[in-house]
Amino acid sequence: MQKTKKDWNHKNKKNTINLAFWTISWTASMALSTFGRIFIWHDNMTLSIAAILINLLIGIGMILANIRFIKGLDELQQKIQLEAMSIALGVGVIGGLFYSQLDQANIITSNAEISHLVILIALTYMVGIFIGRVRYK
Amino acid sequence: MKNKLKVLRAERDWTQEKLSDELEVSRQTINAIEKGKFDPSLPLAFKIAKLFNSKIEDIFQYEENN
Repeated sequence: MQKTKKDWNHKNKKNTINLAFWTISWTASMALSTFGRIFIWHDNMTLSIAAILINLLIGIGMILANIRFIKGLDELQQKIQLEAMSIALGVGVIGGLFYSQLDQANIITSNAEISHLVILIALTYMVGIFIGRVRYK
Repeated sequence: MKNKLKVLRAERDWTQEKLSDELEVSRQTINAIEKGKFDPSLPLAFKIAKLFNSKIEDIFQYEENN
């Protein structure tokens, strides 16, 4: 029994570290593909394509790591994650299309940027996790 | 759903941490079940019943108005 308990905790810790590794790698590869084109290889098409493909592959790795992380959680933690993700998805779709309409109707002066939507989804997801943790405390 | 998890745990002088280790769930999950904020799945309920050598219905009582 003791060995199993240790295994469960160890597995969760390992999944968390694994997800952190893939997330940091994805962020770094995103920064490289975005700023490398401007500051390092100065619009070299081959290097730009390579950097974008590397970013995509690492992104796939991050998705798989996230699935493994979620599957390793217990049922309440999974419920909290599911509720947070559903809120983030809803806000992302509704907020994203609302933002796009504002842009198309020229109600906002600046262009609608995808990065703003990503930030909105990330913040909503974090708030959702916080609410879930407080609700089931 | 009402449950006797806190009573059974207290009878054995176990902490929430100890029980969460035994059931391979987080301490937050044990706390939420004890407070009635979260109803466990059937597999987890069976696991709890087995750990306390009881029947599920002796630990968990369904409340009609809940």
